[in-house]
Amino acid sequence: MTDRSFGAEVVGRPDGVRLQMRGDLDSRADETLRDAYREVATSGSPGLTLDFGEVGYINSTGIALVVRLLADARRDGRGVRAVGLTPHYQEIFRITRLSDFMDIVEGDAA
Amino acid sequence: MTALTRPFRRLVDRSTDGVEPAPDHDPLEPATDAPAGIAAAAGADLASIAVDIPEADPLFAYLQSAPGPVDVGRLELESPAVEALRDADVALVVPLVTQGELIGTLNLGPRLSEQDYSTDDRRLLATLAAQAAPAIRVAQLVREQAAEAAEKERLAQELRVATLIQQQFLPRELPRLPEWQIAAFYGPARAVGGDFYDFVELPDGRIGIAVGDVTDKGVPAALVMARTHSVLRAEASRLSSPGEILSRANDLLVPEMPARMFVTCLFAVLDPATGRIVIANAGHNLPFVRSGGTVTEIRATGMPLGLLPGIRYEEVEGTIAPDSNVLLYSDGLVEAHDSDREMFGFDRLRDALVVDDAGSELLDRLLETLRTFTGPDHEQEDDITLVTLRRSAGVADSSADSTALTSFSLPGLAGNDREAMDRVAAAVADLELPPDRVDRLKTAVSEAAMNAIEYGSHGRADVPFDVDVVVTPTDVIVRVTDRALSGPVPTDPETPDLERKLAGDQKPRGWGLFLIEHMVDAIDVSADEAAGTQTVTLRIAREEKRHD
Repeated sequence: MTDRSFGAEVVGRPDGVRLQMRGDLDSRADETLRDAYREVATSGSPGLTLDFGEVGYINSTGIALVVRLLADARRDGRGVRAVGLTPHYQEIFRITRLSDFMDIVEGDAA
Repeated sequence: MTALTRPFRRLVDRSTDGVEPAPDHDPLEPATDAPAGIAAAAGADLASIAVDIPEADPLFAYLQSAPGPVDVGRLELESPAVEALRDADVALVVPLVTQGELIGTLNLGPRLSEQDYSTDDRRLLATLAAQAAPAIRVAQLVREQAAEAAEKERLAQELRVATLIQQQFLPRELPRLPEWQIAAFYGPARAVGGDFYDFVELPDGRIGIAVGDVTDKGVPAALVMARTHSVLRAEASRLSSPGEILSRANDLLVPEMPARMFVTCLFAVLDPATGRIVIANAGHNLPFVRSGGTVTEIRATGMPLGLLPGIRYEEVEGTIAPDSNVLLYSDGLVEAHDSDREMFGFDRLRDALVVDDAGSELLDRLLETLRTFTGPDHEQEDDITLVTLRRSAGVADSSADSTALTSFSLPGLAGNDREAMDRVAAAVADLELPPDRVDRLKTAVSEAAMNAIEYGSHGRADVPFDVDVVVTPTDVIVRVTDRALSGPVPTDPETPDLERKLAGDQKPRGWGLFLIEHMVDAIDVSADEAAGTQTVTLRIAREEKRHD
């Protein structure tokens, strides 16, 4: 059985910090994502890239977690962009207007 | 040389060069030409001096009960009117009394012979006054009635004009849409308010629906209504967002709006193919939706048109499920009063909408309910406008040529939203739907399942939810049925607003229904109270039908 449990790893890159996620982004990702953002915050990086390349499922609770993370980043003056979203989830980011508040980068290019 | 009343203005006329009245003198103001003999006797100096005898002046009561002509010189009254008469050199006042009411006076100056008025003079004047008074009164009444009739005619004419304007702008026919039953009613009050409604066919096949009400009545309201109607039509032809249409219309109307007037207006954009409706509201009554036996309001609010420039209008989106009614209406219905001045109100309207009927049958019943409430002698206080849309049953009907693809139950545990989604995706795999349709269906199913888990099962493994998938030649239909532990899922929750969420004014959650509505072509929520279940039905066309 495929392990779809959510995981997140904060990786420092020359162009800023990247949050690499994997698994299902739903209510069970709450704590993991909260901890990951704390790590991002301590890095002091002015920009944050959310990497959804290995996220296969995002439900509305997951969207709510992204909203919370985005609110935290904006509060901290940290720019956010998203990479690795499938066309379907790009559409959902447009419908919810998340794309108005973060750059959506096609594919998973850095 | 004399007198007039109604209102109690007495004219004193003094002759300067004869007794001829001015050519344009009103014959009903007998001041200068009656009585000719007496006027002639009054001397050569005839000039008009208006002397008012207010009803409160003691002279008024005195003259009303005086038996005949009164010598001004002998009057011992503390009276400004007496002073005025003396100043005008009036010697004799002959009251004109009919049916106990003082309607005027004949005012005479001193005799040219410088003798006092004789007993014969006084008798003659008294007789004259007694005969003239009723005639003058009749003439006064005739004139009053003529003025009243002219005023009535003027008002009637204004109403005809207002009605004409109003009717020019009401749609001549209603849109004919397959699978939709549309009906409208406009009933002007006697004074004709500024109600209007309109249907605009948008270039992409959607329909714009406007319902509005201008404050004020009569021609001014009708003109503002006509202008608003034109502005909305013009903006709807180039903008398809109801919020933008209202915002733009508002900016155009603000500089033109007469003082103390404004327009309430609700603008809806309906996609007949999917039932999706987007609504923006400029201070108008909230529309009611009847779906699955429950009646709810679509909560969209905003400032009326014409008050302040630069207003932005929020949009509320929803989907009208098969077998559901929408009612748009104006104040005239809910603000009608019965004989005890009690208002019809929103609750009565809501109750009336629970009955399952549609179209003109629904409108007739609402009007009959209103008539029963107000009573037979009620005069309609304001315009009444009603517009109703009904999406026909059977849009999501899978009975005819449908095939069951799968049917399963899952425990109401977090995570089973994805399980339900994957199973539905597997069930439809052989249909070779376009990939984006599959993705949309999957998201909708997972959200419906999540609602079932959260509200229907409270996350309990022992409270399952059921999923059925059927396919018709045109559609895939998924039903998610839960055990409704929390009662009915709210079908009109607050529209998620990302800016407000980011600002902390709205919770980060609350996207579920919003997402479903964007993913599928139709959603219907119905409750089976006997079974204690609630079913969310999703319909998605197998091929793209919309002309976005």
